[in-house]
Amino acid sequence: MGRRVSLFVTCMVDQLFPQVGMAMADVLERAGYQVDFPENQTCCGQPAFNSGYRAEARTVARHFLDTFESSEAIVVPSGSCTAMVVHHFAELFHKEPGTLARVHSLEKRVWEFCTFLTEVAGVDDVGARFDRVVTFHDGCHGLRELGVKDAPRRLLARVRGLELREMVPAEECCGFGGTFAVKFAELSGAMARTKIEAIERTGAQTVVSADPSCLMQIQGALTRAGSHIGTLHLAEVLASR
Amino acid sequence: MSTEFAQKSHDALVDPKLQLAIYTSTARLKQNRIDAVSPAALPDYQELRAQANAIKKHTIDNLDHYLEELESNVAAHGGKVVYCKDGTEVSDFILNLAKERGAHLIVKSKSMTTEEVDLNERLEHHGLESVETDLGEYILQLAHERPYHIVAPALHMTRYQVADLFERELHAPREIVIEKQTALARSVLREKFLAADIGISGANFLVADSGAVVIVENEGNARLTTSAPKIHIAVAGIEKVIPRAQDLATFLKLLARSATGQLLSVYTSFLSGPRREGEIDGPEEFYVVLLDNGRTRLLPDKGKRQSLFCIRCGACLNTCPVYRKIGGHSFPWVYSGPIGAILTPQFMGTQHEPALPFASSLCGACGEVCPVKIDIPKVLLDLRSEVKKSDAREGRNRLEKLGFRLFAWLMTHPPLFEMAGRIARSMGWPTSRKGPLGAWLSERDLPPLPAHSFREMWRRR
Repeated sequence: MGRRVSLFVTCMVDQLFPQVGMAMADVLERAGYQVDFPENQTCCGQPAFNSGYRAEARTVARHFLDTFESSEAIVVPSGSCTAMVVHHFAELFHKEPGTLARVHSLEKRVWEFCTFLTEVAGVDDVGARFDRVVTFHDGCHGLRELGVKDAPRRLLARVRGLELREMVPAEECCGFGGTFAVKFAELSGAMARTKIEAIERTGAQTVVSADPSCLMQIQGALTRAGSHIGTLHLAEVLASR
Repeated sequence: MSTEFAQKSHDALVDPKLQLAIYTSTARLKQNRIDAVSPAALPDYQELRAQANAIKKHTIDNLDHYLEELESNVAAHGGKVVYCKDGTEVSDFILNLAKERGAHLIVKSKSMTTEEVDLNERLEHHGLESVETDLGEYILQLAHERPYHIVAPALHMTRYQVADLFERELHAPREIVIEKQTALARSVLREKFLAADIGISGANFLVADSGAVVIVENEGNARLTTSAPKIHIAVAGIEKVIPRAQDLATFLKLLARSATGQLLSVYTSFLSGPRREGEIDGPEEFYVVLLDNGRTRLLPDKGKRQSLFCIRCGACLNTCPVYRKIGGHSFPWVYSGPIGAILTPQFMGTQHEPALPFASSLCGACGEVCPVKIDIPKVLLDLRSEVKKSDAREGRNRLEKLGFRLFAWLMTHPPLFEMAGRIARSMGWPTSRKGPLGAWLSERDLPPLPAHSFREMWRRR
């Protein structure tokens, strides 16, 4: 594989958390990659797919396929969006053999950010320094659909000055779940509060995750509860000096 | 979402005692399971899951064959298989038999399948007395409630609530010590066992090659139910059949571990046929009632019919962050939790509670712990798509559909997507508490809006 990667920053990072995308680009460049940003990119289509609107999801997925057709490697700062492409695009196009072949080719080229660093780039130490106590939240789709568990911890272990304290239970959902968060707001909020209790028990100052949507839920609930605990995407921690 | 589902979920969420009861009980079951299937305790756990999945898939793919084999082997041991389409046929069969034999008192061991068809109510309506003998089920029968959980039916009740209930219903002095409560129930139930004319049980497995009904339990009440009365009737869904007795080596290793963390349940009974000559106990008549009740409707769909693989261990409930918040009684049918969320729409139709497949964050914990590897999140997604297709046909939720069409259009026109984002950011977050943002704000704050999008920052880099 060449030393060139394309960013898929996700619609959420593009519009709400641009600093996460910039940090990811920074880390990848320091790992020796030439980074590009295909301007036609928008979304992976997951909001429509998870809401039961398959035709609409297919339209957006097709746009994704066109946009990243010529990219050698695509790096994504979200386990959830990566899982959508890697696990669910094929289902959307199972009746279109031609498109399905393109999907299967794409699946091999799409990488969740942490996994790309540890598995493809082969770097655990990106030279970061972050003097804080942190806890790590596993995004459910990254964890269960992609098996992202060790990679972020290997990366965090090499950050100077950082102390990682695992929350118990670490693997329980934060309650975001896309439109679930607003369709079942009270339930989603209750799940977030349980997550926050686990976070607070660690004594960490910062919650780190590799999924921006979980972080939006957790930060939103932390702020609402009057907590001073902050949230950061793993890319931001790795870009710190 | 129906108001009933919304209201019951809300009621559970705002009840601190109930929240504590659900959370601590499920936490214990969840941790017990994790320990029991850990690599140190069960090194071949993943292989066993794959094996269990393969056996279930093969059986459901060849269900007609194995049901016929079961039927002939039950008959060969002197028992009888009765096929029932629905709850009415089950109760008709039992009522007729009771009438012919002059039976009045029925003892029952735990069976979710009979809960499915409200068997107790049907029998009592016709003047029979039907007594639950599993302690949890007995408590619920006295309280006129349905099971809160597949394997721990009274999980939501504290011993103090049970004390009040026993005092009121059994007219005994109030007793808060669990062992003494158990002794009290036992003394009542023992008399019922001795006097009962018919014993009705469920079945965990029906073994085709030996015509056996296999029941696992911890209290010994199922063993009494199936052996003390002169007539034993096992009521089971048609999907409970497995091909061979040796397949139990796989399933029994998984079932108790997944359910309670036990290596095996206290009692595992293999029941094949009525009492034979020279035997000193066992029923004189033995019936296996095979219930459809909508199961065959699941068979044509090769993807979703994996829902029939379920062995009712309840592991998905214990691990589910949604079940652990809203509890069992919020769910609209007897099956609760993730498995209930996929069984209910398929058995009762998606319109029974159209919100049900959406009441999940799709975290995937259920699929991860399922001992027979049912891909519950995938089935939920398939059901969501079905609900929306049916909405489109019937003209429901037009505004939401329009919203997602707009979403798809915007996401395939990047310059417009960028412009829409810029305009939205310049206007700031809406302050109205209506719509999706209002729902978000009801529980959480919104992040501060950045001055620029990523793509704008990237261009200036």
